[in-house]
Amino acid sequence: MNFYNEMYDANGGVREHYKGYAAWLAATPPERIERKRAEADLAFHRVGITFAVYGEEAGKERLIPFDIIPRIIPSKEWKSLERGMRQRVKALNMFLWDIYHEQEILKAGKIPAEQVLNNAQYRAVMRGVDVPAGIYAHIAGVDVVRAGAGEFYVLEDNLRVPSGVSYMLEDRKMMMRLFPELFAKHKVAPVQHYPDMLLEKLRAVAPQGIADPTVVVLTPGAYNSAYFEHSFLAQQMGVELVEGRDLFVKNETVYMRTTQGPQRVDVIYRRIDDDFLDPQAFRADSALGVPGILKAYQAGNVTLANAIGTGVADDKSIYPYVPEMIRFYLGEEPILNNVPTWMCRKKDDLAYVLDHLGELVVKEVHGAGGYGMLVGPASTREQIEHFRQLLLAKPDGYIAQPTLALSNCPTFVEEGIAPRHLDLRPFVLSSGKCVNMVPGGLTRVALTKGSLVVNSSQGGGTKDTWVLED
Amino acid sequence: MLSRTADHLFWMSRYIERAENLARLLDVTWQMSLVPQSEEAANQSWAGIIALNSLEEAYAAKYSTVNGENVLRFMVSDHDNFSSIHSCLRLARENAHAVRGTLTTEMWETMNSTWLEARERSFEQIANAGIGDYCEWVKMRSSLSRGTTLGTLLQDEAFHFIRLGTLLERADNTARILDVKYHVLRPHGEEEEATDFYQWGALLRSVSGFEVYRKVYRDVITPERVAELLILNSDMPRSLRFCLSGVVKNIELVANSHSGETLRQAGQLYSQLRYGRIEDILKDGLHEWLTDFMDRIYLLGDGISKDFLVPMSEAA
Repeated sequence: MNFYNEMYDANGGVREHYKGYAAWLAATPPERIERKRAEADLAFHRVGITFAVYGEEAGKERLIPFDIIPRIIPSKEWKSLERGMRQRVKALNMFLWDIYHEQEILKAGKIPAEQVLNNAQYRAVMRGVDVPAGIYAHIAGVDVVRAGAGEFYVLEDNLRVPSGVSYMLEDRKMMMRLFPELFAKHKVAPVQHYPDMLLEKLRAVAPQGIADPTVVVLTPGAYNSAYFEHSFLAQQMGVELVEGRDLFVKNETVYMRTTQGPQRVDVIYRRIDDDFLDPQAFRADSALGVPGILKAYQAGNVTLANAIGTGVADDKSIYPYVPEMIRFYLGEEPILNNVPTWMCRKKDDLAYVLDHLGELVVKEVHGAGGYGMLVGPASTREQIEHFRQLLLAKPDGYIAQPTLALSNCPTFVEEGIAPRHLDLRPFVLSSGKCVNMVPGGLTRVALTKGSLVVNSSQGGGTKDTWVLED
Repeated sequence: MLSRTADHLFWMSRYIERAENLARLLDVTWQMSLVPQSEEAANQSWAGIIALNSLEEAYAAKYSTVNGENVLRFMVSDHDNFSSIHSCLRLARENAHAVRGTLTTEMWETMNSTWLEARERSFEQIANAGIGDYCEWVKMRSSLSRGTTLGTLLQDEAFHFIRLGTLLERADNTARILDVKYHVLRPHGEEEEATDFYQWGALLRSVSGFEVYRKVYRDVITPERVAELLILNSDMPRSLRFCLSGVVKNIELVANSHSGETLRQAGQLYSQLRYGRIEDILKDGLHEWLTDFMDRIYLLGDGISKDFLVPMSEAA
């Protein structure tokens, strides 16, 4: 397979937007680079930018490897990406409002009704609930990849509790600290205002009549894999980081326990999945949630960001319909490509997928984090046969996509600098009519040679992402 | 501020202070053990450390004899002993981790790197490099935590709960050190021996009080004055009076609608120190007085906890 290289063109020449960096890299002594890389490692450890890995020894924390070669995006490309993202997230929010209200898109026959209404992520308790400004996914993390000759594809829309933004911010901070001279030479669009933007969005969706809303971040706790990010964002926004046990509901109103007595809470940026949010409404065994919070939410006395029930829109079985949503709600043609997708619940699609398992990527409909997927070309015969059985047993649990030739970028690895595959997760913030983004996002890179799986839980690393201003 | 946040801050500072005091005590006991003395007397000092922390049972479960090496191993790096320096540093860091967003970057990095370094050291490494060096390191790390707190943290509620934790823990620890050492040094109020000078000197050094003593009294060291310095002196940062003065002040600063009783108790205890006389305290027996003091410190901690840190549920 031929891969698009972010830094070099097909003839091995350095692309225009990488020329400055490439010249710097060639002129910088390897010892200095080595020293800086060690310094970065040490700093990340000391700051404690770590994540916990499920399945490993409890409480163990790992560093996400940070690579010092940035992923650079020229301004023009970014502008088109940004327009595409905004369009997509706008349509997804309209879709969510619709399916919890009039269900016009289902009536028009654009998406099979049972696909939506029987979806495990569809929350009937949200029917008829009027969320502030009609926004469900206040924070979206849309994963895009570059493939083929360099065109962008949306891989998935993360609308539940997308994470990674703290790495985007810390990577930039680290890069500026290690190599300030690079920022003097390049016009890199800033990203550090993300927490301010987020706070503004959260305040904007407070329940009606609250002039000075109290915003909090709700975390599952210090042992959650993304705890660093929860605490980082709370600190950067200057709001309380709360756990379920810090909150209680009285008269359909949410309060937090403080040293000065109960204090009302108006907006909750929650980093807990729907299932664990309210033991009275969802999973009764959840110790992380707040009993009665759903009732307070339905009564409109507190805003949750993201809303309950967004999972139905980023589910892999709904993903193939997003271009249709854009046409239906906005009357526009999609700017960003979807990856062609076979839905194994369809008989013909399943037959095709079974015949081509060796070439395709098969994903669980509800899966995430790079778990439970098959990358055909990189798999052994046993793994493929195992998936064949899984597909036959539960076809509607899977989708399949062609194995994309993900673009790659030079990356420091043990044997020196070598190309590694990467993706990009920009963050899209919505409140009412306004959809905002900071330029860039989180670039994840698969550090294992040939690997197409970039998730940090699967040994992925990160790069600073530069959008160059003209 | 969230009650849980205050709780973590309070305990974070208590554990780091506890680690420091333990390091001070171990250091001084180690130094005292180098002064020529009978083996029995030396081991008695080590046993005192176990008794001081009420760890007789846990210790006996692991070791059959009391001696310097065993006690050091148990109190410095035993992972199962929740009172060891290792455990205190771990617990301080765990509490800090739970509220790292409330701490300044400098405070968090100090706490975190203290633990990361502590974690890497085995007892053998510590012993080889010298117990004294290690204790010095623990003291410096604690000083660094205090310094970054003073130098970088906004002096709001978070700061007050951290100070409360530090001062309450220190009051308790100073009282304990004094109780155990005074007991060992003056079993029946008998005549002084030649080695006593060194022993009293070491006790003072364990609370950084040797030079202070000289400055305050400009005279030979006597047990009564040592007790007076550590209990009643208003300016000595590790004295009971100094600590209680800060406890009262900080409870006043965080007061809420139901903390009145705790403040009254703290104030009453402080008054005894503010207006007390060492002759009266010694007359009734120092051990009895210190026992009563430690009980009341415990009750104060309990009151602070109920008033601010883990309030009963208002939901029911």
